[in-house]
Amino acid sequence: MSKLYTFHGGIELPENKQQSTGRPIGTPPLPARLCLPLSQNLGNPAKPCVAVGDRVLKGQRIAEADGTVSAALHAPTSGTVVEIAPRAFAHPSGLAETAIVIEADGRDEWQPRQGFPLWQSAEPAEVRRFLRDMGVVGLGGSMFPTSLKLASETLDTLVINGAECEPYISCDDLLMRERAADIVAGIAIVTRLMQPKQVLIGIEDNKSEAIAAMRAACMNTPYRVVAVPTKYPSGSAKQLIRVLTGIEIPHGMRYTDMGVQCFNVGTVYSVCRAVEHGEPVISRIVTLSGAVARPQNVEALLGTPVTELMAWAGLSPRNDGVILGGPMTGFRLSDLSVGITKSSNCLLGSSPKLFPPRPPAMPCIRCGECADACPAKLQPMDLFWFAKTKDFGKAQERNLFDCIECGACSYVCPSQLPLVDYYRFAKSEIWAAERDKKASDRARSRHEFRLFRIEREKIEKAQRLAERSTAAKAAPQTATTAGTNSHLTPSAEDKSAAIKAAMERAAALKATGKESPVMQSEEAKQAAIQAAMERAAARKAAREAAGETPLQPPSASDEAKKAAIQAAMERAAAQRAAQAAASVGLPETPAAPIVPNNVLDDAKKAAIQAAMARAAAKKAEREAAEVNQRSGAAPATNALDDAKKAAIKAAMERAAAKKAALDTADAAPPATDTSPAAPAAQPAAMDDAKRAAIKAAMERAAARKAARDAEQGRDTEQDKDS
Amino acid sequence: MHSPHIAKPTTVSVIMFKVLAALVPGLILSVFFNGIGVLAQLALATATALLAEAAMLKLRGVPVRFFLRDGSAVLTAWLLALTMPSLGAWWLIVVATLFAIVIAKQLYGGLGNNPFNPAMAGFAAVIVAFPAQMAQWASPGVPLNALQQLAYIFTHQLPSSGAPDAVAPATSLGLLKTRMLLDGYDVSQFFATPLYGHVAGFGGVWIALAYLAGGLFLWRQRLIPWQTPVAMLVGAASVALPLWQYDPVHFANPLFHLTASATMLAAFFIVTDPVTAPTTSRGRLIFGFLVGVLLYVIRVFGGMPDAVAFAVLIMNIAVPFIDHTIKPPVFGAKRKGGPA
Ligand code: SF4
Ligand code: SF4
Repeated sequence: MSKLYTFHGGIELPENKQQSTGRPIGTPPLPARLCLPLSQNLGNPAKPCVAVGDRVLKGQRIAEADGTVSAALHAPTSGTVVEIAPRAFAHPSGLAETAIVIEADGRDEWQPRQGFPLWQSAEPAEVRRFLRDMGVVGLGGSMFPTSLKLASETLDTLVINGAECEPYISCDDLLMRERAADIVAGIAIVTRLMQPKQVLIGIEDNKSEAIAAMRAACMNTPYRVVAVPTKYPSGSAKQLIRVLTGIEIPHGMRYTDMGVQCFNVGTVYSVCRAVEHGEPVISRIVTLSGAVARPQNVEALLGTPVTELMAWAGLSPRNDGVILGGPMTGFRLSDLSVGITKSSNCLLGSSPKLFPPRPPAMPCIRCGECADACPAKLQPMDLFWFAKTKDFGKAQERNLFDCIECGACSYVCPSQLPLVDYYRFAKSEIWAAERDKKASDRARSRHEFRLFRIEREKIEKAQRLAERSTAAKAAPQTATTAGTNSHLTPSAEDKSAAIKAAMERAAALKATGKESPVMQSEEAKQAAIQAAMERAAARKAAREAAGETPLQPPSASDEAKKAAIQAAMERAAAQRAAQAAASVGLPETPAAPIVPNNVLDDAKKAAIQAAMARAAAKKAEREAAEVNQRSGAAPATNALDDAKKAAIKAAMERAAAKKAALDTADAAPPATDTSPAAPAAQPAAMDDAKRAAIKAAMERAAARKAARDAEQGRDTEQDKDS
Repeated sequence: MHSPHIAKPTTVSVIMFKVLAALVPGLILSVFFNGIGVLAQLALATATALLAEAAMLKLRGVPVRFFLRDGSAVLTAWLLALTMPSLGAWWLIVVATLFAIVIAKQLYGGLGNNPFNPAMAGFAAVIVAFPAQMAQWASPGVPLNALQQLAYIFTHQLPSSGAPDAVAPATSLGLLKTRMLLDGYDVSQFFATPLYGHVAGFGGVWIALAYLAGGLFLWRQRLIPWQTPVAMLVGAASVALPLWQYDPVHFANPLFHLTASATMLAAFFIVTDPVTAPTTSRGRLIFGFLVGVLLYVIRVFGGMPDAVAFAVLIMNIAVPFIDHTIKPPVFGAKRKGGPA
């Protein structure tokens, strides 16, 4: 018997599991229509690969994984695709989400099933790709693509999560009781991919039948089934890891960095079904309980409407809704026609008797009950106070983002404060504010840069004029009378006109900045693109460095530096081009008459291209925002997604800018020959480059932070894989 | 709509009424030893508290009945009634209660927002304003019957037959102090006086034990933490013990201080008030310990024998600082020696 650890906090809850464990896993009747949202995994939603009107077979892929952080989707039964359109989605926001609707033909006809018999000898990466294409994601609730968590590293401990701590829910319990052999087979596959030193299967000690079944199935394996004390939330991945290994994984740290990884029993079961039997994830075990006549677990096809499942279980007529998930973390469905997804582990009929509305909240009496209950060792009453007073900075300082939203604090609070709601609110506000801040920071630095440039232009112009007048004085013979006139008279005029123009430009900029937030956000977007580009470069550099011997870390930074310098140079060039274009655009500028037309043209072209790129980027952003809305809980992946798209656009834009710069450079020599302004522009360009370099460095830092945040976000998601 | 959809049935009202229930044994013994006057004080305080609370809630525009039901005003009233002199004039406790509810609690924003323990603030206010009237305890030597006690509370009239010393000036602590100062008694002489023997000593110890029992009940019910009471008793003892060992003639033994009824009441019912105490375990240990130390210091070296109120109020001031300074590490944060 291995030593068990405890985690701080946690609460004892009325279990209410026995209601649904009395019957075996049932099979509800085949629904007439199945509604499958494309976003059934963390990360990019799957891309449909069928069209309306197509006939599909059971198990046929209907949507493909879009990139690495994604997973495929399959037809749960045979039938016809009748619709691919936004449909209500099982999410707290109740927002619509693109879904594939299949009309079942009643034959439930499988496509030929193709497993992965050679998994023992195959490359781990191949198995991972296979799992991604079989739609395997964390079934404990995170929907994190399992393929990504299987990255082969030498692992200390593989934790299999069968704790299932939330009241009423018993789907994992029943799965372990009835299908232990397949779970163990799934563990074998995961073990082959990850090579852990030990495998611990944690099950709460209130599930003696499941423990017995799993022990029997693990007979001739080195896997150890460990009964862990029943305490909510021991089924949360971090808490279970702590109980089994004593390791506390800090916020933002990857599990594998600490030598552990954690999978839900349902997930490893689906790994087995996919690899051994060629069955993609098309159904899951769902607990139907609460205010229903026949509480039980069912194996429900994905997309089965909630109404049908609840009707089958006999939803009480006195119900006041249906809760998706458990009583601690679940949410009330606003629309019962939604189809179940890969994360739907439980449907609870709600009634005022079972789940009475929360009594009105009293003020916090600082009793500290919440702190005693918090498994993340937070001080929930302080977070509550900061969230309430909108002091989000302090809330963050006090580790708001370590909160796993388990609800233990709200449960124990004698003042009945809806604490978790406050944390959700604070988190979403902070996310929104961070987006805004990044945008406005970039806008501000751009604005400052513009002012600086305008200032410099003025100086340059003054210099130019001074040089001209000295030149004119030194060589009167080269100047015609008209020339002298045009030199001397306009010189004063030039100056004032230039100043005026500069002021006007500045004013215009200010005005646009102020009056049209679109402009600002566009700028921000551009800046984001640049950041993404640099991040991509840095990442590439890092990858390359990693590819080399790890003994040479300097090369990585060198690479990154090079990339940054390059980026800065390119940007500087682009700015120079733009600047040149801008200055030639002003009739007062002395250089105007002698600048070849092609420069203007090129500048225009570059501007158009940039605008196009910007529009594309905006589109990308919009799409990303949509993803955001759809899954408010998954900003990390959106960020990833966003970054990727942005990086592509950025590359396009960079190419355009480069071209413009080159063209301008070509055009420049004649201008230099004839215009005395050229030498003065040289130091300015240097300045420019320096400025740009600083900016690039700043953006790089921001990008790094964003990347870190994204990682952390991902990590948070992982936590939910309980 | 919002998760979690279930909640523990222990609400604020449940907590408050359990705390009141835990006070009942001490209350009964207090009536037994100190006379019916205690009940009169209790009734006066409760009525005043409820009226004042209702009026203030109405003025603040918050739901009156909902908040009245939380029981916090009644608890404040009871704590006051149990610390105020049993034969104090009726208006004295009314003033104390009004101060507690109106100024110390509601003007700060009501339940949960008051930095000072309301009962202690009320007590301190009247002891500073009316020190003489605060020395009105039933004297054990010449017991007054119930009617006579009530008459005294409401009219300040002693029965014509009553001896002038029917009303004792103070509790055991006060007595000890006065006797030592005025009459040159030392500690052992004082303990030998009949005064000590009945009311303050013997009776006081019984009342203290009743409070202790109530406190243990609350702790078993997980309604109060163990840290604050234990730390407070240890804090008081940690000063009392060395001094007593050093000079037993002038310093009473630690048990005397710990079993004074006010000490036990403070340890289990006053410093455990969550609103005005720190929220972390370590904070509570520090807070409780310092209250204990202050309690002894003020009692023995200061001018106030009934030092509980001042010790608690002074430490109330320090609570925000304690809470600010002590931040337990979050999950996964490295601790010295512990696993990563
Ligand atoms: S449990 Fe509720 S009342 Fe108690 S400290 Fe926490 S938030 Fe405040
Ligand atoms: S919801 Fe957050 S703050 Fe509350 S107990 Fe859970 S982790 Fe702690």
